Order: sequence, then structure tokens, then C-alpha cells
Amino acid sequence: MADIEKQRKLEKMAYELRMTALTMIYEAQSGHPGGAFSAADLITALYFDELNVDPANPKWEMRDRFILSKGHVCPILYAALSRKGYFPEAVLHTLRQEGSILQGHPDMKKCPGIDISSGSLGQGLSVAVGMAIAGKRDQAPYRVFAMIGDGELDEGQIWEAIMTANKYHLDNLCVILDHNGLQVDGTNDQVMPHLDVCEKLRAFGYDVYDIDGHDMGQILDTFEAIRRSEGGKPVFINARTVKGKGVSFMEGVPVWHGQAPNTQQYEEAMKELAVKGGIGA
Amino acid sequence: MSWKATRDGFGDSIARLGLEDKRIYVVDADIGKSCKTGAFMKSCPDQYLNVGIAEQNAAGVAAGLATCGKIPFVVTYATFGSMRMGEQIRQVICYPNLNVKIACSHGGVTPANDGATHQCIEDYGIMCAIPNMHVVMPADYESAVALVEEAAKLEGPVYLRFTRDAVPPVYPEGAKFEIGKAVWLREGDDVALIANGDTVHIALEAAEILHAEGIEATVLDMHTVKPLDREAVEACVERCGKIVTVEDHNIINGMGAQVACVVAQCGKGKMKIMGIQDQFGMSAPYERLLAMNGVTKEQVAEEARALVKG
Repeated sequence: MADIEKQRKLEKMAYELRMTALTMIYEAQSGHPGGAFSAADLITALYFDELNVDPANPKWEMRDRFILSKGHVCPILYAALSRKGYFPEAVLHTLRQEGSILQGHPDMKKCPGIDISSGSLGQGLSVAVGMAIAGKRDQAPYRVFAMIGDGELDEGQIWEAIMTANKYHLDNLCVILDHNGLQVDGTNDQVMPHLDVCEKLRAFGYDVYDIDGHDMGQILDTFEAIRRSEGGKPVFINARTVKGKGVSFMEGVPVWHGQAPNTQQYEEAMKELAVKGGIGA
Repeated sequence: MSWKATRDGFGDSIARLGLEDKRIYVVDADIGKSCKTGAFMKSCPDQYLNVGIAEQNAAGVAAGLATCGKIPFVVTYATFGSMRMGEQIRQVICYPNLNVKIACSHGGVTPANDGATHQCIEDYGIMCAIPNMHVVMPADYESAVALVEEAAKLEGPVYLRFTRDAVPPVYPEGAKFEIGKAVWLREGDDVALIANGDTVHIALEAAEILHAEGIEATVLDMHTVKPLDREAVEACVERCGKIVTVEDHNIINGMGAQVACVVAQCGKGKMKIMGIQDQFGMSAPYERLLAMNGVTKEQVAEEARALVKG
């Protein structure tokens, strides 16, 4: 079981990062809060407990890689990268502005810590597979974590990549599905039913973990279990999440996929996030 | 020297490069046999991948490999390499300017009897429109060997286009090439014939016909469509004033169109763009397909003659 103190610290940090991301989106008056909030706990756990990375040397060859295939939720990743020390906090206020390293979708040439540019959906997992193959062939110790959105499962390329990871026995690859159930035009079931993704991924040759993507204890325990696993198979984590998690009026509401809050909404949301995270209390 | 397909030049070149440089990878998409990666697969198994009939994924996997310091060549046919994986090439290869090469056999109408689905007359236009991309088509086996080597040396994305079928030799063994620099195959003051790929020998033969009539033609091998050798085009405008381009590609947006952009900015010069007449092909002999589009040595000579006498 995860250390309780560490767990509490990370839970609080995830709320702090949500607040940072929401502030960025509010200031830019543009961005995607819903999916950023569903991914927040997972990304916090990755950057502040799991990934072997060095912010002072973002291109370190032996670093663990993180691919945010659902690139539109990058404010939460930018918040984590800044907090981790990749770039100064002041930069966060430049999201989506002309000349900023913080593009509307992640740009690996502009922003330190971004392992691949992303934004066009369904493509990140293939890139992650290429990185994991390179790691295997080089007998390098690094691991590759790829976060995909559930809407990306509509894309055929995702399934091409899923098969390739099985073919090349990529036990250094961990695919995390941020399964918040919503995409732009409605629920997954309305837009394109995915049926039982855990069953599917088992059939595709993966070690499958089905967890609550907002339960920090479960997230940490899962990463721990993966580290200790015997290997041979790629890992798939079905992280059941809530789009907009942390802000009541955003939770499960499709419009918050890609909408910035107005001042009143922003203030209300910040208050609720602070209370839930036990911040400033 | 014998006729050989330029896809064989690719296959022989990549097999040798793979042994010399362990960073070179091949990512096949289930047509490795046809695209001549067999020797590479045997001699460099640890640098070889086959991701199946999944070109979009192949492009992404290659991008991932490139971020880890590899030099991957994604290998397929031109029609799939430029269109099925077109957006992947834009998003995860060209936008981050990664060191990935797209090596495509079956360029132009060379897969003649396969019909329109496998012929590719659109790829120059599509690939040239993507920032950071380089676009190259060698004229014969020897230049294919050399240009594959140059592409491997160049840091950044390169789209390479080869012929399915054998083409006659143009260059001696060991000839040197530079991506972005046209080759002056013949010099004359009356008219410039600018060709590339499988049409270079047609331009050379047309120049012979013209020479017999007392018309002296310059012939350029514009193996690199992007970045285009602007200086060479400007030199043709200065020297000859009249230019005929010949290519195995749609005339709408191919090599000739790129040349025309330069000529138009010279403020003088006349030109004729020859190539595929914005129409799909069909199953037919290769030479017949070119002839249906006016791409024959006789027709090239005729167009050049008309410009000169114009």
C-alpha cells in the first residue's frame, strides 16, 4: 500500500496543479479544462513519484518518456512541468500567446520536457511504441508512459499501435487510458461505443489494470505493481476518471471539454478546488 | 550498364548503410519484399521492424525512433507513403522536424499494370507543401544509391520516390549528388529541358532529336523537387529563356509547377510543363500511360521545338 503521507501530499498537489491549469486557461480565455482535470491525478503521480526524469537535463537519453497523446489537455502537463522545474512559473501566464513556449498543443521544439509534439489525436501511442522499441533494442533502462484519451480509441491508428506493442513485447511501455467517458460531441457510447476496453486489451496481449483514476492510493499501488511485474507484456491501465473532476459544475458536462471559464465561474471553481485540495486552509 | 529499377538502388544502398551505421532503421509496412528491404532485414535484423499494413502507425513509430537518435526509413509505396500517412508525416515528423525518411517505391505511373490505385501522381505536391520536408526522386539506379546515402546524412525529414520498373542508366557508378543541387547533364543555349526521376532519360533522348535538327538543349536532372535548385532554374532562364519541364507527376502541382514559380519571378522566360494531365491512370503498359499524357521523347522534342521557333 502507498505511504499515506505521500498519498495526501500528491492528492493536494493534483488540486494545486488543477488550479494552476485553470488559471492558465482563464487568463488565455481558451483551452480545455475538462480533460485536464480528469488527467490531473495521474499526471501528478507520474511526475512527482514515478517518472525518472531530470528537469535540468530534459533530453537526458536515459529518462523515462511521457507522451501526452491527448495533447489538448496540456495546461495540466505544463503546470506539472513548471512545478517540477523545467521552466519558471512566470512562463505559465503565456499559454497560447504569440511567441510562447506553451503552445495551444504541446511543441517538443519549444517547450522543455515535452517528448513529442502532439495535438492531432490518435498518433501519440505510435510514437510511444517507437520510443519503447528503441529502448528495447538499445537495452536501455528507461520506460515509456503514454496517456491516451478515450475518444482517441475511435482512431484506427491507436489499434495499429496497440498491436505493435504486443508484437515487439514492449514491457517497457505503459498505456494509460484517461477514461472519462466524454468526448466533444457527447458520451463515448453516443459517439462511438468502445465496449469493454479491459477485455479488449487483454485479448490484445496486455497486462491490464482497471483503476479509479482519481484514487491516488490506487494509482500509486498500480505503478508500484507495474515496476515489480515479471514483464514480457505491455501494460494497459484503464483509469476510470471524471471529466472536469474537482469542479462540480464542470464534472461530466461535455461543454467543458474546450471552454474557458468567465470570471465568476473561475472564482467559483478556484474556491471549490482549494477546499477539495485542502489548500490555504 | 543495364537497366534497373531505382527501388533496387534504394534496397542495395540501405542494406550497406545499415551495416555502416547502427542508427539506420527500416520500418516496413508489409511490402518490404516489393520495396527491396530484404537484404537489410537479413543483415541488420536488430534495426528492422515490420508493423504490418499500418502506414499511419509506421510513421508514428518512426517518429518515436527518431526522438531516440535513430535514423528510420519508413518504406512503402508512394501512394500510401504520401497520402495514407500524410497527416502523420505533417504532425509528428515535419512539425517537430524529426530525422525520418519516407522511402517510397512505385512512384508516378511506374506501377503501370497495377492501375490507378497504385500509381501515384500527387505526392510531390502534397509533400512539398509541408514545411521542413525534402522531396527527392533519383533518375536511375546509381543516383538512387547515392541519394539514399545523402538522405541518410541529411538531418531532417526526406521523402524519397523510386520507380517500380527498370529505367536506363544515366550516371556512371560512384557519381556524386547533393540534395538541392540539380545536375547539368547536357548544355545548350536554345532550350532547357528540366526533368527528374524516370523522365530524365526521355529528356536526354529528346535533346538528341533536337541536336540532329540543330537545336541545342540544356538538360537538367532536377532530382530534388524541394528545396528546388532556384539558381539552376534562373541560370536556364538567363541562358536559354525557354524551358520545358518533364515529370511523371500531375502537372498541377509537381516539379514543373515549382520551376514555374521561379520562372514567373524572373520576369522573363517562357515555359511548358509536361507530365500527367490531371487525370487518373489505368492498367496499361508504362510507356503507353506516359504517351497518353504526352510524355514521349518525340512530344518533348516537339514542345521544345515549338518554344524555340515560337
